[in-house]
Amino acid sequence: MTYHADEKGYYGEFGGAFIPEMLYPNCEELRQNYLQIMAEPSFQEEFHQLLKDYVGRPTPLYFAKRLSEKYKTKIYLKREDLCHTGAHKVNNTIGQILMAKKLGKNRIIAETGAGQHGVATATVCALMGIECVVYMGEIDIARQAPNVARMKMLGAEVRPAKSGSKTLKDATNEAIRDWINNPVDTHYIIGSVVGPHPYPDMVARFQSVISEEIKSQLKEKEGRENPDYVVACVGGGSNAAGAYYHFLDTPEVGIIAVEAAGKGIHSGESAATSVLGKVGIIHGSKTLLMQTQDGQITEPYSISAGLDYPGVGPLHAHLYKSGRGEFISITDDDAMTAGLGLCQLEGIIPAIESSHALAIFENRKFKEDDVVVVNLSGRGDKDLQNYIDYFKL
Amino acid sequence: MNRIKQKLQEDRKLLSIYFTAGYPQLNDTVQIIQDLEKSGVDFIEVGLPFSDPLADGPTIQESSTAALKNGMHTELLFEQLKDIRKTVSIPLILMGYFNPVLQYGVEKFCQKCQDIGIDGLILPDLPLDVYQDEYQSIFKKYGLINIFLITPQTSEERVRAIDEASEGFIYMVSSASTTGAKEGFGEEQAAYFDRIANLNLNNPQIVGFGISNAQTFQQATEKAKGAIIGSAFIKHLTQNGVNGISDFVNQIR
Repeated sequence: MTYHADEKGYYGEFGGAFIPEMLYPNCEELRQNYLQIMAEPSFQEEFHQLLKDYVGRPTPLYFAKRLSEKYKTKIYLKREDLCHTGAHKVNNTIGQILMAKKLGKNRIIAETGAGQHGVATATVCALMGIECVVYMGEIDIARQAPNVARMKMLGAEVRPAKSGSKTLKDATNEAIRDWINNPVDTHYIIGSVVGPHPYPDMVARFQSVISEEIKSQLKEKEGRENPDYVVACVGGGSNAAGAYYHFLDTPEVGIIAVEAAGKGIHSGESAATSVLGKVGIIHGSKTLLMQTQDGQITEPYSISAGLDYPGVGPLHAHLYKSGRGEFISITDDDAMTAGLGLCQLEGIIPAIESSHALAIFENRKFKEDDVVVVNLSGRGDKDLQNYIDYFKL
Repeated sequence: MNRIKQKLQEDRKLLSIYFTAGYPQLNDTVQIIQDLEKSGVDFIEVGLPFSDPLADGPTIQESSTAALKNGMHTELLFEQLKDIRKTVSIPLILMGYFNPVLQYGVEKFCQKCQDIGIDGLILPDLPLDVYQDEYQSIFKKYGLINIFLITPQTSEERVRAIDEASEGFIYMVSSASTTGAKEGFGEEQAAYFDRIANLNLNNPQIVGFGISNAQTFQQATEKAKGAIIGSAFIKHLTQNGVNGISDFVNQIR
């Protein structure tokens, strides 16, 4: 029994590549080459060198003493917030830009919601001197001005997605359309463990450095490689996939996935896909997604721009359906409170996405000697305006 | 015999028109179909609108968004079409994305199509292997022809596999692009049209994407059996509503 993707990119019943024929050659080229390229020593060497010298890895595994005292369990924070560009996203973009170079591509496209993945993509394109176009929903462009500016400073072109609901899912549609129109020279850097095979597996592999480090760091600190639980927030689910990766097939490690309940799961303004979603196809992948009875994809809501995707990656759909993962939904209010709590107990301002993961300790109790690793996926700088507005600072 | 296969035996170049159901007005569907048949169109692709139409350019996207806003949904489309075979005899093909079909229930959807007299389906994001493994037997049970797409980037090996799996025709996408009118076809397209023609496939090819007028129709059908017009017709509907459909068709051929 494995929770990893099979050869066709399925996780149980989820995954696959539900793509129009126009995308078939691009995805097929990637599918046929990605494992081999990733296994090449020259690729591994360059990837790890950049993760070390450019991203700043390994990120610390920090024992959060005061937080642990408060919740009477042993909480470690995996400090992805200390990565260059402020979140785990860059692990994947470094990997994919090297992949694109190996495939001989000279143009990069990406989608972005809040702008974090767009910034991480623009960053590696600047690093490599490769043309970069980032699609971003028109509404998101208006509400995420600092990240739009960052992308522009890094030399990327930001193109507004004006179709549909003008947010992340539409930016993704536009990026896919660009790829259809530019099938030869362009590589599409998807930012999460979503999309057609091989993306979910490839992105999970690039992010798996997170759990690889957790293992060796925990060995040093606790004398054992496996925590009792790994906790991560899930929008599309890339930080979670990376944090779980090396524990997926180790049943004694509990996997906890935290979704955004928004204003309440049944408020009509939520992004709790495991509860509200049904099996369907989104962006080329069979997974759980929020949709109408008629199969039209609906617009999710969360105060956290990184969690308001109407689907989850197929890995996470499988973890939910199989019972391997424990899924918890956290409201905007509880996430914001937990975020402020971390500031005051540990001196760390977390991204609102990560605050969702931190919020579970109020109600989900652990044993005193449980070792719980929370993946602190990003820092809160980008969310300052949200924190200011919410707490009237 | 299936109406599509029958039509393909006619000794002339065929014209197919696509439109999005529920656009421009929710209840225009039947009249558009009737007017298209009266105007001499050979078959019709009725688009089931989807919130996230990945393979479509702006014109069809916008018509889909508008149709959904008008209140179009799968059950309603079937309701609108329930008596269509009393007045219309040319082949009718439903075109849409796979998710709404999946939610309706694939078998129930196919059964409904048969009841109404739909002849075929085009579901661009239902891939060949999944169709063959999971759905082919259901489509066949209800007499539905599944139409596959090929593009200039499709390898010969895959074109042959698609030809093998097809009955009826192959939907030949004219260029690496989403739907929508182009400036016309150049040497690159001509080479691609030649290359496919020279493969001597079992199934005739109907060219789609980028055909908008008499000139592009003529270019597309020089080698192929027919051509499909979508976005250009949607634009006509946007400007004129359901008036003047025969004028639009007559200027094509």
